[in-house]
Parts: sequence; structure tokens; C-alpha cells
Amino acid sequence: MTPAHATDVRNGEPETVSLALTINGKLRNFQIAPWVTLLDLLRDREALTGTKKGCDHGQCGACTVLADGKRINSCLRLAVMHDGGEVTTIEGLGTEDALHPLQQAFIDHDAFQCGYCTPGQICSAQGLINEGRATDRTAIRELMSGNLCRCGAYTNIADAIEQVLSQEKGA
Amino acid sequence: MNRFGYARPASVEEAVAAGSEPGVKFIAGGTNLIDLMKENVERPTRLIDISRLPLERIQEREDGGLTLGALVTNADTAYDTRVERRYPLLASAILAGASPQLRNAATNGGNLNQRTRCYYFYDTATACNKRDPGSGCGAMGGVNRIHAILGASDQCIATHPSDMCVALAALEATVEVAGPEGARSIAFADYHRLPGVTPERDTNLLPGELVTGIALPAENFTAHFTYLKLRDRLSYAFALVSVAVALRFEDNAIADARIAIGGVAHKPWRVPAAEAALVGQAAGDAAFADAARLLTDGAVGQGENDFKIELARRAIVRALHQAAAGTPQSQTDKRVA
Repeated sequence: MTPAHATDVRNGEPETVSLALTINGKLRNFQIAPWVTLLDLLRDREALTGTKKGCDHGQCGACTVLADGKRINSCLRLAVMHDGGEVTTIEGLGTEDALHPLQQAFIDHDAFQCGYCTPGQICSAQGLINEGRATDRTAIRELMSGNLCRCGAYTNIADAIEQVLSQEKGA
Repeated sequence: MNRFGYARPASVEEAVAAGSEPGVKFIAGGTNLIDLMKENVERPTRLIDISRLPLERIQEREDGGLTLGALVTNADTAYDTRVERRYPLLASAILAGASPQLRNAATNGGNLNQRTRCYYFYDTATACNKRDPGSGCGAMGGVNRIHAILGASDQCIATHPSDMCVALAALEATVEVAGPEGARSIAFADYHRLPGVTPERDTNLLPGELVTGIALPAENFTAHFTYLKLRDRLSYAFALVSVAVALRFEDNAIADARIAIGGVAHKPWRVPAAEAALVGQAAGDAAFADAARLLTDGAVGQGENDFKIELARRAIVRALHQAAAGTPQSQTDKRVA
């Protein structure tokens, strides 16, 4: 066993666990309870509130982040399990002065109304691009099915992603 | 979520030792366990984080098959070029399930050990013999559209929710486990259980046993297969009925047939007699309808799910036609040929 991570809740207060995590390119160290989810760590400890808590059960995709380059539901991960890893949130994808191509495409195509699902949609779309499996619009729609949009902006979301994918192909 | 301890063992041996204590749970992808912990359905005293154990590879077997490490994610398994090329039925079934985000986190071992999505199992305010043995079953006489039509007991009508496992059943995979008494292999048909009088037990794993891998036999059915999944929406939903079919033909006659159905029972459902009846037959409605009848023999509806009996029969016939014609269901546009 790794002693630093051994905790015991049977005798009084549980110990916390140590966590080293690179968030949006910056290495951060934490002492946290093991039941803190990655989503809660990002929002409550790091004030990175772009990542949303929608359903908190892995059904809506609003909490999607990139962990070591792969899109995951941060609500269904314990933060401590990412010790030594790297996480990118919507705040790490672009800045107000230099939007990420997906952010620009979502604006160009009016790919949101209320905007609540948008950070998760964009992180998921970046994961989709990283995976390299979306060859056409039908595949984009299927591979974005883990992100719900209750405003129903799906058509425009697919347009935005299709634009960025075709830009990448042309580049 | 309750408070719990956390440990990260450095080896399979350490994990098995730690996992033998009562109240502890292994965690890898966490996509089902953390969800159940948030609902207080699972309340482990300690989590054993196995996610860094060296079970993260897909390896060739001497018999010509593949071993899928228990910690390979569902996505990495489905997109592995060897799995895509040699076990397309398995790749298709995996991609029919969940979402890309979930498949990126969920592991192969976890897929086998995921629990039912029965609403009553999830809702601690209701009776459930699986969650709380002896408390009763809310689904019987309740909302049971998604529930079992085959192999249920008077204590539990839950279904196993996996797509991957339906394909693994048809492919006759073997589950490799490590445990306090050493390593052993479990034939896929013997891995999951029917509910009987112990619905709280989903599998035949013994306390402390850990899935280390899934062995796929060399026989892989690359020409005639399909994974047909029918559900309430086209993507990101559990199966009402799914069918994995694998056929091998010799001289235009069926030489080997495998049919497993999902969404209908507490485990992937196979009926050897239905498969045997197809051998020697040509592809066609009559033979396929016979197989469907044999596979659904004894099916019982619970009210809201009565439709699944006829749906299963038609899905089996459709899937057999797809497999025979070499036109499997696309998991992208969902066309059912």
C-alpha cells in the first residue's frame, strides 16, 4: 500500500489524502477527503466554475473535462484518482482575447441559448477531435450524444463542430 | 455519499488481500460505483483503487485469441485495431453502450460488474430485494417497462444492463480472476447469475476476487455478425432488447450459431437448443423464427414490459438476417438493414 494514501474511517475522523494535479497547465497540490469528486474540486477548491454540475450522475455531460487529453464526466471521478495527472477545463481551452476555435465556432453558429451545457459541449467536442473518429456529421451527432442540451441547440452544435473539423482537415 | 477510507495497492496480490475485508469495494473507472454511492445504494467502508495495477493491456494469446486487460477502458477496447478487425461484434456492442465520456472512463472489468439500472434498486425509499434482501420488490406490479421477461424469480425481475457482456456471451469469452485462493477462469455463461433467492449476488465472484482479464477465443465470427440494439432513443440509452448474433456458414448452411439477448434477463440470455436448431439450416424466416421461439420459450411479462416478448422475437429474427447477410447494425447511424 502507498502509506500517503492510506486512510482509516473506523477510528474517528478520516485522514485526508494528498493530490498533485496539473489543472490547465498549472501544477496544484491539495489535501482533500477521498470522497471529493473531480468536479467538486474544480468548482469549490479552484473556483473553476465553467465546468457545470448538471445532473451529477453522468447523464447530461455538463461536467465534461479533458483528463490526460480524454473527455470524461468529472462528476463520476474521485479527484484523488487523478493524482499525478493533468486536467483541462473550459477555462484552459481559450481566453477572452484569444478564443479557442470551438468557442469561436459556437458563437459563429449560435450553438447555444442558455449556455449552461456549453462548456461541457466544447470540452466534449475537443475530446471528439482528439479521438479522430468523427468522419461525418452523423458520426459527430452520435459521438456528441453524451452531452444534452435542453434548449435544443443540437443542429447548431453539430454545425460548429463540423466547421472546426473541416478547418483542421484543411490546415 | 458516506465517508470512506481509500487505499491504492501496488500489486494484484495486495489488492486481493485488501479487497477481502468486509465492506470494501474495488474502484477503477468509477462510473457506476460513484453513481451508486451518491444514491447511498453502495456504502463502502473503504475503496481499493485498482486503477493503476498492471492490467491495462490487450495481449495476444497462444491459442490465437486475445486477452483484454480488466483495466483497459471500454473505448480503448472498442477502438483497438485487433479488436476492431478480429472481434467486430464486440467492438460494435461496446460502441452501442453509454456515451464517449463514459466509455473513456469505464473499464472492462467494471463493465462486467456494473449493477442493474432498475429504478427501485436505485431508490433507497423503495423495497428492493437486491439492495436490501428480504425487503420486497417494488418493480413487481410497479413501473417495469425495462424489466426482465426471462429467468426472473419471485424476488427480483432486474436486468443486467451491459451491451458488452451480450457480445462476450455470444463469443464465449472467459473471465480471468485473481483471489485469496489463487487465480481461476470462469466461463462467461457461469459468470453472472440468475436472481433466484439471492438477487443481491449479481455474479459468482467470491469475496476478495478481482477480475484481471477477459480471454477471447480464437473463433471470432468476422464475416457474419451483428449487435442489434433497440431502445427508446437512438443513442445513449439502455437496451429494451438487444441481440448479439454470430454465425459461421459452410456451403450455404449454418455451421455454427451463437445468439445472446440483452435487456431481457439478469444476465445475457442464451439457449443452446435454439443455436443447435440452426445448425445445418439455410438462412431464412422459418429457421430464424424457430430460433426466436426457442430463445424466448417461457418468457413472462410483468405488465408494462409485455411488449418486450414480441419485440425480442422480432429482434432475434432481424438480427439473424443481418448477420447472415453480412449487414450488421451501424452504431453510428443505427440503420438496421
